[in-house]
Amino acid sequence: MPELSVLMLILFVIAAAIVAIEIKDLLSSVVAFGAIGMGIAVIFLLLKAPDLAITQLVVELLCLVILIRATLGQKPLEKRSPLFLPLLLSAGAFLIVFLVSAALALKELPEFGQPLMRVSQTYIDWSLSMVRTPNVVTAIILDFRAYDTLGEATVLFTAVIGVLAVMRKVGRKKTKSDSSRDGRQN
Amino acid sequence: MNRQSYKRDVRPEQTAGMTLIVKTVARLTVGLILIFGTYVVFEGHLSSGGGFPGGVIITLAFINLVLAFGWKPLMGKLPRRRAVLIGSLGISLFLLLSLFGLISGVFFKNVIPRGEAFNLFSAGHILYCNIGICLNVGMGLFAIFLALILFRIEPEDGA
Repeated sequence: MPELSVLMLILFVIAAAIVAIEIKDLLSSVVAFGAIGMGIAVIFLLLKAPDLAITQLVVELLCLVILIRATLGQKPLEKRSPLFLPLLLSAGAFLIVFLVSAALALKELPEFGQPLMRVSQTYIDWSLSMVRTPNVVTAIILDFRAYDTLGEATVLFTAVIGVLAVMRKVGRKKTKSDSSRDGRQN
Repeated sequence: MNRQSYKRDVRPEQTAGMTLIVKTVARLTVGLILIFGTYVVFEGHLSSGGGFPGGVIITLAFINLVLAFGWKPLMGKLPRRRAVLIGSLGISLFLLLSLFGLISGVFFKNVIPRGEAFNLFSAGHILYCNIGICLNVGMGLFAIFLALILFRIEPEDGA
């Protein structure tokens, strides 16, 4: 029965998320973050989306490596304890708004496991005979809706350019000379 | 002055990599990881997979090398500028394939002849699109990783 295991995995992911937020040690927090990603990957696998599961697993590993690398020698952050009453009030207000809107929205959705098959039925019917590929997901993302994938690749490319522009050498050299100038003044 | 230069010494595990065990295991497995990533890219239209996860798997192989051997040995083969260049070539290939459709009048129309289903060279431009996405995603993420690593190391090393 896949639904029960999916429910338990969701509970595990929520518990890992709470641990990742609340724990003091940064490395343990990153490990809990990895547990979230692995749990989500297994959920995708159980809900029969292997493409998504592979992508989730692999991207999670990459993020984990970068995060562990970044937090390896860091000291734990000192947390300021926030005021209790405003926190409680805002959390309560958010929960009420979220639950009411979720109850209204979930009524309109089709039931779990019984999707509406209007557009998707066309894709499933035509992907083997028209696109000539047995993988319906690839047929959708690279043939029926390849324009979306071009936009997605452009988004990632823009992100790469943004990171490289922020961390380029010219900007760093300027900060170095700034700091040395400060040192000379001191 | 003296104290400052002492502080700026690069820690040994960052340049020389990890222990002999990690190096040996990395040397044995990196080739297999690369082959698996290439398989995921090239079989993206036949089984689950595709350009995005395949590209990230290939990146993870390179990241394995950087983590095990330090960043210096890889810098001669694949510096950040070359990684960015390959990534840009990947997205240019994807864009070029999308413009090929304009030959028959429609943007992104699949003009490359589709072969028999379940073959490697089937489904028209999907395989070439996957290769372009793989180069874009993989080398782009690897460039980000190198930027994040060198951002911490270079000020200590170059000073």
